[in-house]
Amino acid sequence: MNQKTQVQIQCTTIVSLTRTHVSYEIKDDVAIIRINDPNSKVNTLSVQLQQEMTEVMNEVLGNEAVKSAVLISSKPGCFIAGADINMIQACGTAEKVSSLSSEGQKMFERVEKSPIPIVAAINGSCLGGGLEFAIACRYRIATKNKKTVLGTPEVMLGLLPGAGGTQRLPKMVGLPSAFDMMLTGRNIRADKAKKMGLVDQLVDTLGPGLKGPEERTIEYLEEVAVGVARGLADKKVPMTKTKKIQEYVMGFEFVRNQVYKTVNNKVMKQTKGLYPAPMKIIECVKAGIEQGPDAGYLAESQNFGKLAMTSESRALIGLYHGQVACKKNRFGVPDREVKTLAILGAGLMGAGIAQVTVDKGVNTILKDTTVEGLSRGQQQVYKGLNDRVKKRSLTSFERDSILSKLTGQLDYGGFEKADMVVEAVFEDLNIKHAVLKEVEAVIPPHCIFATNTSALPIKDIAAASKRPDKVIGMHYFSPVDKMQLLEIITTDKTSRDTTASAVAVGLKQGKVIIVVGDGPGFYTTRCLAPMLAEAVRVLQEGVDPKKLDTLTTGFGFPVGAATLADEVGIDVAAHVAEDLGKAFGSRFGGGNVELLKTMVEKGFKGRKSGKGCYIYQPGLKRKDINPEIEEILERFKMTPHPTVSSDSDVQYRLVTRFVNEAVLCLQEGILNNPVEGDIGAVFGLGFPPCLGGPFRYVDSFGADKIVEKMRRFEDVYGNQFTPCQLLLDHAKDPSKRFHK
Amino acid sequence: RFVFRMFVMTKTKKTLAKPNVKNIVLVDGVRTPFLLSGTSYSDLMPHDLGRGALQGLLNRTGVPKEIVDHIIYGIVIQEVKTSNVAREAALGAGFSDKTPAHTVTMACISSNQAMTSAVGLIAAGQCDVVVAGGVEFMSDVPIRHSRKMRKTMLSLNKAKTLGQRLSLLGSIRMGHLMPELPAVAEFSTAESMGHSADRLAAAFGVTRVEQDEYALRSHRLAKKAQDEGLLSDIISFQVPGKNIISADNGIRPTSMEQMGKLKPAFVKPHGTVTAANSSFLTDGASAVLIMSEEKALALGYKPKAYLRDFVYVSQDPKDQLLLGPTYATPKVLEKSGLTMEDIDVFEFHEAFAGQIVANLKAMDSDWFAQNCMGRKSKVGVPPMEKFNTWGGSLSLGHPFAATGCRLVTTVAHRLQKEGGQYGVVAACAAGGQVFLTCRLLIHAVYAVTAIRLSSACL
Repeated sequence: MNQKTQVQIQCTTIVSLTRTHVSYEIKDDVAIIRINDPNSKVNTLSVQLQQEMTEVMNEVLGNEAVKSAVLISSKPGCFIAGADINMIQACGTAEKVSSLSSEGQKMFERVEKSPIPIVAAINGSCLGGGLEFAIACRYRIATKNKKTVLGTPEVMLGLLPGAGGTQRLPKMVGLPSAFDMMLTGRNIRADKAKKMGLVDQLVDTLGPGLKGPEERTIEYLEEVAVGVARGLADKKVPMTKTKKIQEYVMGFEFVRNQVYKTVNNKVMKQTKGLYPAPMKIIECVKAGIEQGPDAGYLAESQNFGKLAMTSESRALIGLYHGQVACKKNRFGVPDREVKTLAILGAGLMGAGIAQVTVDKGVNTILKDTTVEGLSRGQQQVYKGLNDRVKKRSLTSFERDSILSKLTGQLDYGGFEKADMVVEAVFEDLNIKHAVLKEVEAVIPPHCIFATNTSALPIKDIAAASKRPDKVIGMHYFSPVDKMQLLEIITTDKTSRDTTASAVAVGLKQGKVIIVVGDGPGFYTTRCLAPMLAEAVRVLQEGVDPKKLDTLTTGFGFPVGAATLADEVGIDVAAHVAEDLGKAFGSRFGGGNVELLKTMVEKGFKGRKSGKGCYIYQPGLKRKDINPEIEEILERFKMTPHPTVSSDSDVQYRLVTRFVNEAVLCLQEGILNNPVEGDIGAVFGLGFPPCLGGPFRYVDSFGADKIVEKMRRFEDVYGNQFTPCQLLLDHAKDPSKRFHK
Repeated sequence: RFVFRMFVMTKTKKTLAKPNVKNIVLVDGVRTPFLLSGTSYSDLMPHDLGRGALQGLLNRTGVPKEIVDHIIYGIVIQEVKTSNVAREAALGAGFSDKTPAHTVTMACISSNQAMTSAVGLIAAGQCDVVVAGGVEFMSDVPIRHSRKMRKTMLSLNKAKTLGQRLSLLGSIRMGHLMPELPAVAEFSTAESMGHSADRLAAAFGVTRVEQDEYALRSHRLAKKAQDEGLLSDIISFQVPGKNIISADNGIRPTSMEQMGKLKPAFVKPHGTVTAANSSFLTDGASAVLIMSEEKALALGYKPKAYLRDFVYVSQDPKDQLLLGPTYATPKVLEKSGLTMEDIDVFEFHEAFAGQIVANLKAMDSDWFAQNCMGRKSKVGVPPMEKFNTWGGSLSLGHPFAATGCRLVTTVAHRLQKEGGQYGVVAACAAGGQVFLTCRLLIHAVYAVTAIRLSSACL
């Protein structure tokens, strides 16, 4: 035993020198290359990391004693999270980005063609450039850790996998799966990756032993990888076989052409041609397969450079940074952690809030006034969790143990232990006041009262409170478990700690958070209202709902305006339009509110009632225009003005009103900064992501051009299109920009 | 998980008797030979083996049937026809039909549960004489129709017309015919025991060689004990229509080379747990006779051991499923006021060699004690010369619910043979539970020890 250990020590050389990001160690004949960025929670392929990696590769490949190598990260939960975005953005020109890409291609080509087998040992996120690195290796081993995900998310930043990904991935997982990965950018869990052939072997995560679980799991992964590396060098471990049938089928040109065609059509249908990256990805893959690797790699690096310079990519990267910023609590750590959260009202909203709260280990009380309402709400939570069991992201045992933290009840029992109460009762000031008083009678002094409303000013609700410093607005978006945004509304009286606590809860619930000032419609509803008013006017002017939807989705909105109204609920839309109309006057006019009210009277409340602008039949995906609405539209018919009614003008009428209102919110201080304005508009209202949000849109499109368009519309429709002062300021001085 | 400790006392050492608590004694224990499932027992039913053990206990102890107050029997994989297997086995073994019997289940520590339930009944003054035991029969396990099929069949019962019946029959699809096998997996984590053991071994850095070495030790020691006739708890079993079985058939001391050839059984391809270093599927039954000391003496018995303290613990079923012995051992020692050094005989259930070695490493680790157990320092490792010296579950076999009684009886016999005083039994069980009993044993067969007994009691 002692002898053995001594031999081991003799054979182990640790080479560190002055490198900080990459180090390696040689155990007998296996080099273990370890990545660890000392300045960050994740490893990114930064300039420094790449440089050090090249040095290490030179030394390892130049060492004759080394027969194989293992590539591993010492960071728990992250292999390599991707390329350094800032590095790409700092380039400035397409040529520079292209050369960055071809350098990456060369580095990974060297890895692929390495004379000794290199094994990628993956624990944690392996994304973008990290995945491209891994698939250039001879063999991949991944842990079954929940944090271990593989993917090519470049498309979500308007880019493409620019370091050989578009060339290697199709060979590795087949054309259809490669397209799926690269065009959706979705994360793939380790077990799925194994099935797809993306990784060759899986390793279990370990519990506590003689060391901490994470530390030991990485060590174990390394041990297994070293064994495999040695086995590959000795030819004792066989290479994983590829899927022969698929390879055979894809060997036929007409099959491949069919695949390209199908993918092309699908992409066009979904992006409306507004996003260049997916098309470029298809182009690169095609070039590589049909014209050979040289053409493929060239196409990849050149298109990568081109894409990096597009406004779409800048917009998407801006959103990425914004999202990161909105996942931080700028109000600090709250005095107390919320351990018990009570929700009033088990409707769609209330139950949705319960679902995203209880699965984070917070004791959750769901209170309703009727057994039927409560039962429906509890079913909703159960279904939400059970769907995850079906998708295997949760076990049935975990589901049950999560649900054990949810208490459904009709009374206020247990509220004395609540740290926060979120009310999601009907949008009526009197009801909200009654509820607030009832709750304040039973909750402890430190408990925060959060109100979930989409339009009622928080200060009006707080007027009934004995402790307005503890009252705050938390505006969730439906469906709560799917929509990422949470809009938190503070009044003058809301204390900083209350805000900090609300943000902390929202972050725990997995939300992207914007914190805005109080006022009618806050930020999101206030931006949406003028656009919907304009949409109603467009309908009145004789554009049918389908056409309206096509125009809005054609501009980049994920959901058309008519469909959106149906989703939100025609009654809610009418309610909001009336309330905000009262608050802001004729500026919020346009379409006739009576039209919406008539629809509500007839029971056309949107999707929830089965009829709105469209007819909804359960089980049927196809939507037909509600024939009865035509008669209503006829009654409220207005004559369109030919000068401002082209398709493009209609689009700009809808969008400029939205954008102007957003800028006004910043001007009035409702918004704290343009970043939150962009995030709120995109994640809460579906503002076109390719435009990056209203503020980035003003920057990229030009405030002057927007003002010019608005002036033209103003001549016809009046003050609804009067640009706000801040927008005018930006139009006058082009050096003024919302984003750097 | 289940841990048992047993102690033999001398005049100078503590008796571990507690004021106002009755002394409870193990009169004797027996077991059928443990056979690899699918061998000679394969045509039997679980209660047949249980009957064999119970009848053997009656014969060996000569206890009058009518004085047995209660019978408690353990089983894990239940035969649905004999859901109260305790009662079926007892009736078949010739016990009085006036003696109540009930069945308990607690995974691999089911018969430990049977024994401690008996201790509880006696300590509470409700019974004086209790028979406890357990049986496991893996040659036949209930394989069910699929849930869909069962639903259709149950609906058939209620169908009134021929048309209804035909339409129900017509609804049967291929998918209905897929049978459901009983899983040897945790319900909560869906992880099989072997898979969990492999992860545990990896977490503690237990190598394949260490596991194979430990398994080989178990087989060698078992063979030695068998050859020397030390496994005297075995009673012969006459398989109806076949020959008489009187020895375990799973003991196979081979060589490290041969064991090294096996491929991993659960975690592939890099796992370390193999068929050779795991306990195998086994058929077998065991039984013990437990009495209050007063009653045993009045009946003229020379009891083999005092049964003293026991502890059950449970942990996270995912990562600590098989670590029970490490958690339970120090607890029961503290309860008895003893230390590791006081113990003369250790009998730990060997589910997997990797699990035993991992437990030994955990007991030897300050890090584990401080970070997982909330202790200041490590538990300490039992000396190997006192540890499972007559083989263990890896070699003798592991009929889930019968192992507990085998461990306890073995401790009693080892204490007698080796002249020790205190013994401990430990075992791990599915669900992350550990049961540990601490027993004070007395050599009753020898005159000298009998004197110790009286001096201790008076």
